[in-house]
Amino acid sequence: MGKITGFMEYQRLSEAVLPVQKRVKEYKEFVLRLTDEQSAIQGARCMDCGIPFCMSGCPVNNQIPDWNDLVYRGKWREAIDTLHSTNNFPEVTGRICPAPCEASCTLNINNDAVGIKSIEHAIIDKAGENGWVVPQPPARKTGKKIAVVGSGPAGMAAAQQLARAGHDVTVFEKNSRIGGLMRYGIPDFKLDKRLIDWRMAQLAAEGVRFRTSVMVTDSPLPAGVTNDAATTITPKALLKEFHAVVLSGGAETPRDLPIPGRELDGVHFALDFLIPQNKQVAGDGKNKISAKGKQVVVIGGGDTGSDCVGTSNRHGAASITQFELLPQPPEKENKALTWPYWPMKMRTSSSHEEGCERDWSVATKEFIGENGKLKALRVVRLEWKDGKMCEIPGSDFIVKADLAFLAMGFLGPVSGILDQFGVDKDGRGNAKATTDGEGCYQTNVPKVFVAGDMRRGQSLVVWAIREGRQCARAVDEFLMGSSTLPR
Amino acid sequence: MGLPGSQGLYDPANEHDACGVGFVVHIKNKKSHAIIEQGLQILENLEHRGATGYDPLLGDGAGILIQTPDQFLREEMGKQGVILPLVGDYGVGMVFLPRADADRRACEKAIERTIKAEGQRLLGWRDVPRDNLGLAQAAKDLEPVVRQVFIGKGAGITDTDALERKLYIIRKASGHAIQALKLAEGKTFYVPSMSARTLLYKGMLLANQVGDYYLDLKDPRMVTALALVHQRFSTNTFPTWDLAHPFRMIAHNGEINTLRGNVNWIRARQQAISSPVLGDDLKKVWPLIYDGQSDSASFDNALELLVMGGYSLAHAMMLLIPEAWAGNPLMDEERRAFYEYHAAMMEPWDGPAAVAFTDGRQIGATLDRNGLRPARYLVTDDDMVVMASEIGVLPIPESKIVKKWRLQPGKMFLIDLEQGRIIDDVELKKSLSSAKPYAEWVAKSRYFLADLPGVDGKQTLKESVLDTQQAFGYTQEDIKFILQPMAATGEEAIGSMGHDAALPVLSGKNKPLYNYFKQLFAQVTNPPIDPIREEIVMSLTSFIGPKPNLLGIDETNPSLRLEVTQPVLSDDDLAKLREIDTLTGGRFRAQLIDITYPASQGAAGMAKAMRELCAVAEKAVGKFNVLILSDRAVSRGRVAIPALLATSGVHHHLVQKGLRTSTGLVVDTGSAREVHHFALLAGYGAEAICPWLAFESVASLAPGIAGKVDSKEAKKRFVKAVNKGLLKVMSKMGISTYQSYCGAQIFEAIGLNSAFVTQYFSGTASNVQGIGLTEVAEETLRMHSDAFGTNPVLSNALDAGGEYAWRVRGEEHMWTPDSIAKLQHATRTNQYETYKEYARLINDQSKRHMTLRGLFDIKPLGAPVPLHEVEPAKDIVRRFATGAMSLGSISTEAHTTLAIAMNRIGGKSNTGEGGEDAMRYQKLKGGEKLTELIGKNRIERDLVMQPGDSLRSKIKQVASGRFGVTAEYLASADQIQIKMAQGAKPGEGGQLPGHKVSEYIAQLRFSVPGVGLISPPPHHDIYSIEDLAQLIHDLKNANPQASISVKLVSEVGVGTVAAGVAKAKSDHVTISGYDGGTGASPISSIKHAGAPWELGLAETQQTLVLNRLRGRIAVQVDGQMKTGRDVLIGALLGADEFGFATAPLVVEGCIMMRKCHLNTCPVGVATQDPVLRKKFTGQPEHVVNFFFFVAEELRELMAQMGVRKLDDIIGRSDLLDMKKGVQHWKAKGLDFSKIFYQPKVPAEVARHHVEAQDHGLARALDHQLIAKAQPALESRQKVAFEVTVRNVNRTVGTMLSHEVAKRYGHAGLPDDSIHVKLSGTAGQSFGAFLAKGITLELTGQANDYVGKGLSGGRIIVKPSPEFRGKPEDNIIIGNTVLYGAIAGECYFRGVAGERFAVRNSGAMAVVEGVGDHGCEYMTGGTVVVIGQTGRNFAAGMSGGVAYVLDEEGDFEKRCNLSMVALEPVPDEQAASETGELESHGKVDVRHLGRADDELLRSLIEKHAQHTSSERARLILDQWGSYRSKFVKIMPHEYRRALTEMAAEQKRLEAA
Repeated sequence: MGKITGFMEYQRLSEAVLPVQKRVKEYKEFVLRLTDEQSAIQGARCMDCGIPFCMSGCPVNNQIPDWNDLVYRGKWREAIDTLHSTNNFPEVTGRICPAPCEASCTLNINNDAVGIKSIEHAIIDKAGENGWVVPQPPARKTGKKIAVVGSGPAGMAAAQQLARAGHDVTVFEKNSRIGGLMRYGIPDFKLDKRLIDWRMAQLAAEGVRFRTSVMVTDSPLPAGVTNDAATTITPKALLKEFHAVVLSGGAETPRDLPIPGRELDGVHFALDFLIPQNKQVAGDGKNKISAKGKQVVVIGGGDTGSDCVGTSNRHGAASITQFELLPQPPEKENKALTWPYWPMKMRTSSSHEEGCERDWSVATKEFIGENGKLKALRVVRLEWKDGKMCEIPGSDFIVKADLAFLAMGFLGPVSGILDQFGVDKDGRGNAKATTDGEGCYQTNVPKVFVAGDMRRGQSLVVWAIREGRQCARAVDEFLMGSSTLPR
Repeated sequence: MGLPGSQGLYDPANEHDACGVGFVVHIKNKKSHAIIEQGLQILENLEHRGATGYDPLLGDGAGILIQTPDQFLREEMGKQGVILPLVGDYGVGMVFLPRADADRRACEKAIERTIKAEGQRLLGWRDVPRDNLGLAQAAKDLEPVVRQVFIGKGAGITDTDALERKLYIIRKASGHAIQALKLAEGKTFYVPSMSARTLLYKGMLLANQVGDYYLDLKDPRMVTALALVHQRFSTNTFPTWDLAHPFRMIAHNGEINTLRGNVNWIRARQQAISSPVLGDDLKKVWPLIYDGQSDSASFDNALELLVMGGYSLAHAMMLLIPEAWAGNPLMDEERRAFYEYHAAMMEPWDGPAAVAFTDGRQIGATLDRNGLRPARYLVTDDDMVVMASEIGVLPIPESKIVKKWRLQPGKMFLIDLEQGRIIDDVELKKSLSSAKPYAEWVAKSRYFLADLPGVDGKQTLKESVLDTQQAFGYTQEDIKFILQPMAATGEEAIGSMGHDAALPVLSGKNKPLYNYFKQLFAQVTNPPIDPIREEIVMSLTSFIGPKPNLLGIDETNPSLRLEVTQPVLSDDDLAKLREIDTLTGGRFRAQLIDITYPASQGAAGMAKAMRELCAVAEKAVGKFNVLILSDRAVSRGRVAIPALLATSGVHHHLVQKGLRTSTGLVVDTGSAREVHHFALLAGYGAEAICPWLAFESVASLAPGIAGKVDSKEAKKRFVKAVNKGLLKVMSKMGISTYQSYCGAQIFEAIGLNSAFVTQYFSGTASNVQGIGLTEVAEETLRMHSDAFGTNPVLSNALDAGGEYAWRVRGEEHMWTPDSIAKLQHATRTNQYETYKEYARLINDQSKRHMTLRGLFDIKPLGAPVPLHEVEPAKDIVRRFATGAMSLGSISTEAHTTLAIAMNRIGGKSNTGEGGEDAMRYQKLKGGEKLTELIGKNRIERDLVMQPGDSLRSKIKQVASGRFGVTAEYLASADQIQIKMAQGAKPGEGGQLPGHKVSEYIAQLRFSVPGVGLISPPPHHDIYSIEDLAQLIHDLKNANPQASISVKLVSEVGVGTVAAGVAKAKSDHVTISGYDGGTGASPISSIKHAGAPWELGLAETQQTLVLNRLRGRIAVQVDGQMKTGRDVLIGALLGADEFGFATAPLVVEGCIMMRKCHLNTCPVGVATQDPVLRKKFTGQPEHVVNFFFFVAEELRELMAQMGVRKLDDIIGRSDLLDMKKGVQHWKAKGLDFSKIFYQPKVPAEVARHHVEAQDHGLARALDHQLIAKAQPALESRQKVAFEVTVRNVNRTVGTMLSHEVAKRYGHAGLPDDSIHVKLSGTAGQSFGAFLAKGITLELTGQANDYVGKGLSGGRIIVKPSPEFRGKPEDNIIIGNTVLYGAIAGECYFRGVAGERFAVRNSGAMAVVEGVGDHGCEYMTGGTVVVIGQTGRNFAAGMSGGVAYVLDEEGDFEKRCNLSMVALEPVPDEQAASETGELESHGKVDVRHLGRADDELLRSLIEKHAQHTSSERARLILDQWGSYRSKFVKIMPHEYRRALTEMAAEQKRLEAA
């Protein structure tokens, strides 16, 4: 274990960030990873608990105390091996994961949690710099062919695991680049997309084939989804060609706000703003929406909304306001009743720090426009009683706006694909499959598996990685009778 | 005879006994009837050392052995017309016969036939007249016919010795013949004695019944010059006539811990033994020892064989029970050589033992090496010697006594009646050890492996280290928790909290075979040893190779011996062993046997591989005399048979073939890595072990260890750690030598089936069945394929493990992030639904198998009943108690929170070891704050009391350290718990490191802040079951209202111990699971010692019911008790009450950090750090919520079962069943029928606690004392009075002290308020817990435990003026005096026994000589010894000061200098002049305030004044010359702490 009394001697040190003025001028990452010495000290704060709650708080069950200790002792090489043993893409989670592990860190009961994410960040970056992340092609091939539909974190993780188990994996991606929402949903200033290319190269060297701009469908795409599909392949063809199919297409259907004025110019789904922006940064064409000099309203207080805030600031928006239906959460949770679980509490993201008005218990009633262009929003204050919301009569007010982004979450998989495969859905419209025991991650359709948001609904990257890994094991077991792939 | 057979979990093989023993003898062989009368009187006066069963008339057995009363027998037989030959030409057999005529005749005929066959003459039979009027019905039911058979010598028998040998053969041969007849009543047949010299009368009798039952004994014609008597205390209540002592040659008090090994080794010798004396007759002796015999009977058999084989009685005794010679610098070379020579002949029969022995011509006694049993003797001026477990057993006028002494550890005392004199230890051993050139023989025949020329042991691994480790099932935790700490520190790692992971047989992970075995440990019936402080008795020496012929008394060419000082061999050592042929010129020849087999044969191949292995080994014996079982050939293609299986399999195979002693057995294995593994290999027969892979692994860890540690040093430290661990495991069972441990099989198996155990681990208990060879092989193969397979997780790392700390990929645990979170959330918000989620996580083990009870199904009693008809939760919670967690292991905040909560619900909290603040005894009105009650600077998290709250813990624990156990503490108890063992570390002591001893803790424990405190492994007043009875009696006297409880830990045989505890008059017994928590314990103890409570509780219930003792004792169960379902199962298996410890701690905020031992608990529960204690958030309400939730869950379950009252289902194990459809590949072999078994006894026999024990307090002398002391008690008027006292008056002054403490607390009365003058011999525990203000002035002498727990009183013991001996050369008080004394003063004019002032906290004492281990574990107080001191003085002494008069200047050799320094007293004078007094202990800490010189002189002056000691007078008169002969013994830590305190004081003064 790190240092026995480390947690009493050292304070938590957050990663340094570039000043707001500097960072909003560009789309580069602004979080600076800890130095080796700082990492060691942060690692020393880990108490190596008899029950490391962090491990179960972490969806991929990262072996956190183990690599904390390795970093403390300067054993970086072993640290990345340990980290990779549970997590295919620590370069992603080390940057953008909200770190439920830290919420369940034992130190978080009455102290500041160990900076687990910052240590993870340091480990993978150091490993990258030192060339320790190398392809691990399988020793033997099985001859089994697997199609993975969707190249987000779930699909990538599943593909990597399956390739390492010796299977021939082909990933189908409707966009021109690999990565799904990791690439297109998350702004570059949070996650440098070269990291995805770097990881993709590893997968390719391990035998994964990528077929981009290919849409798996037998019908046209619905509105609201932006993609680069040039060709299509039908589910039937996939099922014929492959021994197993993993559906990991995400849950991209955005929740709409069907109120008067929805059709006005200036009202957009968040992803219609964020995806083109990422493409622009990648050099794939200009974002048609600009927030420069605009009064921006973001509807929805989650991470996507936050990304709209950060991106709008970088565009040079005149003002940014973010609305949330729910009431303002408490500054501090009641840890006695929440720990080790993920608490509801006030969270201020780096994008908020860059400039933004936030308002809670607010519902948007109407988009008001002139000449088809958005000019303002009429909103109303809400009161929450026993978990039910009601509008406060007479509390309406008007907010000026040139742009409104709908960032109110996602409803489920892009409609149609599940139906096209004939996959049963659960009550929420996601693919129906269990995660434990026999037949887990399998749909009702023979040899069709499902993982990630497509199964569990909109969620975190780290959950997608978990599902991808676990699904890979299920596929391996299905094909080979047994599997040594870790879950 | 009377013992019931094995049933359920009850096994008669677990029965124990102990007792009182004594003899009276006329040195000049003058026979008289008076000696018989005196013998019987000794018996009666030892009655309190025996026990009665459920029927007060039913004793455990007693008897008397005398010389053959020729005249009496001659006259009696004359009446039949039989004329007996001359004395010495005939023998008499005392025979127990079946009552059924036909069976009786069959037995008699068999004897007669044998007499004839052996060429002797049958002279006749005599009916022994008896009167069974006073016997208990149960004893009558099984009463045998008792007849004497007379056998005349036949032709060719030249002398009585030869006749004795023939009689021996007749007895053995006829016995075997009768057993072979398989008569219905054959078990009744038994021959107490058959000898030309001795005659034995014994039976299932009370001490006072012997003389009445056997009418012969009343006959004045019946004369003898010696009488050996014995009164038995057995754990059972079954009438067995044969198990009464004496046996043919011995009477024994104590326990042979190594019995199973000894018996195995005797059996192993069968083929390799020959006797020039017995010749062919030797064959008729076998089997020497029947299965299931008691330890004493077996010992008697072994002794008899040696004596019949030509050894003298004393010689044979020295061979069987050698004194501790290995580490004794004081022993002369000749004697050492004698022991060294004989060490190779036979392993010691080890354990607490006072053995009195006789062959009719000599009578003597010897004591075990550790001096763990008392034996006192006196010599009179008219040639009488009386020896007994106690002094005062015969009323002999003081004026006739010339010498009073005791048997000393390892010493022998012999009276030769033919020579008519006493032969003392020195002379006796001198003559034996100089009889032959032992030193020369040893030198000629011995090879030390270490001394042989070096051979390069380097071997390269066949595969990578990682793969090889994986093949043996290594996990990351093996590296992190086992090997790394051992390599770094030379010690086994310490851990904390209990074991809550899956049992190996339930685990989905692959476990090494080692893990299926649990270490057994000593509790109650024998004491564990302290291998650190009492290292002088321990030895790891091992002999590799064949053992000499045990009966080869005429051999002049001694067998060769290959010796190692400890059994862990390095690679180089092993290389030497492989080349031993060359190195010893062919004298030793080693055969390497490969224990791997082709992996291609899979699991199925292992059975064949084992068969071949045994065959190869058998064939090798003869050609080779050292067999090395090696698994180095393990590789991708070859799988290793588990080394333990190979070792035990080969060992048992060779034992069966009688070949085992013809060869050495060495194991060369990659699997052994932790102490438990080495212990198992040793326990199943390995004489030495080379852990080649552990060495390889340790070497690779070296670079990561701080300091300059190379691989060689790391390996050295590893070996050191294993050695220390082995000593600990051995000492847990009270075994002191590796030789005795080797093959002793001190383990039980959990989850192995009987077919497997019987074949390969014969004799090991395994009570729940489980896996067999197929599954063991399968598990081995799985590890092998993990190692060489494609698992990506294992490609660059070991398996996570997850046994010691939870891991997602690791072993299943009951405490998980979710179960802890749910429990905490539920109790903090009082949400029962959340609690149910928690309970489901624990109870539902349909997917995750963890505990035996998880696999139980509960059957309904009837139709469900409405919930409201089930007894209310508020009644149920009264049955709940929290565990014994000391203030020290947990914070004051956590400790008081539990107490408040338990008092609110009417349950009980437990002080734990370490005393309790008297401030906590007050009744509270409500509104008070914790800080106000305990002190502002002592509380970091305050709490406001509610009306009626109390901080008092109702259960006061009395543990081996006796910290804070005062008269007041005991007086404030509702229950007093004697902690015999702790689930996490049964058989071990503890240590509170100095940095945890805060000012507050020091105050509560009456010690000095910053000075570490040691709790010894044994209670030094409990070495045996009758000692426990005595302590129970003491505590009952200290608080007659409190119930006395004994805490035991589950292991096979615990039920039998519990029965003994019930007979020892305990009101309450706790059965703890092995998985209970701890604040600090070696991690192997947490996991590998003891058994789950399901087994121990069920065995306890079955045994108590079978013995009809259940009704008079309450049974509590604890150990990972978490839910209402756990409670229900506990009740069904027989518990009245339930203990919880970890769960309430979790409710208080514990998150199972398992860091208690590091003092870094981040939630303020298990730490003394004030900063961390501030973070404590536990509330009494949370704990109250928890217990009500548990009760509610229990009620719901009861309602479903159709049960209204819990009492109705206690012990209803028939309502339990094995869960159906368990598919787990290992767990499906389990069989719980033994757990669910119900003894067949009549319905009226109680199944739960219904009646009270009779403690016999009404007979206490203290009632007189209390009556006479009324003025002092009521109105503080001084009183003084006189009484006489006898040895049967035990615990004098204690009940009186209770009266004082009740009224006046620890402060007591003014000095000398109650002055009691006593005359006579005081019984045990004289002045125990004597309160301040009481003086006991005894003229005469006292037995063991004088001043135990002395709480401020004064004790004076001086000899009668009539006594003829010099007081300073005679013993005046017994063993273990002032144990745990807190305060007070004592003056003893005479010598004390062993362990004087052991764990003294603060008493002052002057004594004129002490035995071994003086001032052991002392933490405070002052001891002055103005005479001889024994060995190992000041072992573990961390505080206080001793002054010893060292006239010979050799004290240093007898002092254990590991914790203390010696300095001459006059130094102090100089120091006081230079002003450096602080550093020499002159700080005012309770007892010190003056310069040594002054202090010492004033103490001796007081001694002279109180006792009229002439020796003291002489010293004072010549102070100038005597002063320089005093040595001051000063503990290092104590000095450091005093210096720091002085500095602090100075700083405060300056400020």
